Amino acid sequence: MKFIKTLNISKSVLKHIVIYALAFITLAPFVWMILTSLKDMSEIFVYPPQWFPTEFRFDNYSKAFEAAPFGRYYFNSIFIAVTVTFGQLVTCSMAAFAFARLQFPGRNILFYLFLGTMMIPYNVTMIPSFLVLYWLGWIDTYYALIVPGLASAFGTFLLRQFFITIPKELEEAAYIDGATKLQVLRTIIVPLAKPALATLAVFTFMGVFNDFIWALIVINSEDMQTVQLGLAIFRDRYLTQWDLLMAGSVTAVLPILIVFFFAQKYFIQGITLSGLKE
Amino acid sequence: MIEDNTNIAKKNFFSFGKRGDTKSKNNMRKRDGLSAVVFLTPTMIIFLTFILFPVIFSFYLSFHEWNMFSSEATYVGIDNYKRMMQSNEFWSVLKNTGIYTIGTVPLNMIVALLVAMALNKKIKGKKFLRTAFFAPVIISPVAAAVIWRWIYDPNYGLLNYGISFFGVGSINWLNDPTAAMFALIIMGVWKTFGINMVLFSAGLAGIPETYYEAADIDGAGKFSKFWHITLPMLAPTTFFIMIMSMISSFQVFDLVYVLTSGGPLGSTKVLVFYVYEYAFKFFEMGYASAVAYVLFVILIILTLLQVRYMKNRVHGAF
Repeated sequence: MKFIKTLNISKSVLKHIVIYALAFITLAPFVWMILTSLKDMSEIFVYPPQWFPTEFRFDNYSKAFEAAPFGRYYFNSIFIAVTVTFGQLVTCSMAAFAFARLQFPGRNILFYLFLGTMMIPYNVTMIPSFLVLYWLGWIDTYYALIVPGLASAFGTFLLRQFFITIPKELEEAAYIDGATKLQVLRTIIVPLAKPALATLAVFTFMGVFNDFIWALIVINSEDMQTVQLGLAIFRDRYLTQWDLLMAGSVTAVLPILIVFFFAQKYFIQGITLSGLKE
Repeated sequence: MIEDNTNIAKKNFFSFGKRGDTKSKNNMRKRDGLSAVVFLTPTMIIFLTFILFPVIFSFYLSFHEWNMFSSEATYVGIDNYKRMMQSNEFWSVLKNTGIYTIGTVPLNMIVALLVAMALNKKIKGKKFLRTAFFAPVIISPVAAAVIWRWIYDPNYGLLNYGISFFGVGSINWLNDPTAAMFALIIMGVWKTFGINMVLFSAGLAGIPETYYEAADIDGAGKFSKFWHITLPMLAPTTFFIMIMSMISSFQVFDLVYVLTSGGPLGSTKVLVFYVYEYAFKFFEMGYASAVAYVLFVILIILTLLQVRYMKNRVHGAF
């Protein structure tokens, strides 16, 4: 009996060791990135690799910011991500309200059609979308990075599914008091749908901030580059300047890690709801 | 927390069309048509311009030759498709994409399932662990690939140092065609298994505890329980995850672009990369569209498999 008990304990300990080792391996690239970003080049090119720098060189960051206009990239990325996120919250909640609450002919067909577009991959629409922007003269502008993202089938679907679970009685009362549909959406539905809106916001922000291929296609000038595009170009230019490259990488992941830290719940909700992938 | 959400999501998903229809037709409802137009206009403009038109136009383009700067596209029939079929590069790109998919998807799913099962048991620091496993998912693929380039460095990289303990000699990860694909797969699994872990966790939470209790009474062993309860109960989740993972693996781009740029010797050049090159480097819009359409067809087949399977499940379940 005692033997079995010890066996169970050691089994449990073993399980902990294995899972924590796996967690360590998963996190190792992050740790390695941060530590490398604080090392002197002389400590980077050593074998065997040493984990900790003898002196934390925070000036690697200022060097990286001098080598490329990361500040500008940052502004572009945040500005675009915030604008698209806000825009999507507005357009998606309006469209979702129409699908969830309004009666109009062909509503269900339109909704199914709309759902179907969620399955259309990016790569098929990529070339003509680029052409549209080219014809509009929007290549290399904020419009190119913002406008195509101002609506989302996924977001509409997500919000619509949430809206239909909200009891109608609340709205009926407001309508009797003479409220318009827009007022009902703004003052009743939106406050109740905060969790769904937060999920959408977090997802959109992450998607736009991390986007690479679209920026790669529609942006040419350095002034307009996003953090991700800037980092990719930085990588081509400073092939083995690992101190600067790691400082740049830390810069490129930091905002998302911060958002993730505070809103982890919504990330996981979004994944579970959609099985969505980048 | 996760389990609740899936249930709500499932409930909502399968109930649409049934709810939402109101029978009461009062005065306000009559003006709905006009309101609907107002509410849907912003979304529809974007949708028509950047989804519907592109889908149709790239189909049109795939039968034309056009460099986008000349005023007119030349109709070439199915020449683009013929050219693709006769191109060695296309087949090798398709093969690379296939290898990447076959390399990442099963490995990804096994790791994800094991981790999800471990986190489903009594483990200390569950919240920390889940955050740790999920962290690679949320960071940008560009930064991830830059970090992994450093890890794969042949002389000073962490990975070669790590494997040296197992007696494996230094590998030139990114300059050897076989090793580069392998490197891409390892990084791909690292980057995405967290998504599937979350999905498996939701699936595991949906298996009623009573099944295991009944099996305990029958004296079933751990493996037997896994084989006869967990796996069959997880089958729908597993199928869903498999198809979703295949769909996303087929579309890998950012990781490839930054880690290997398709090299060495084109050994990691994948479909989307190929499309990108032809469209935006060589400006062969017609040919690129044709390749994109082939990718589209592959993805549609996968999606339809998914939808059909879901439908059968729904009929069986209700």
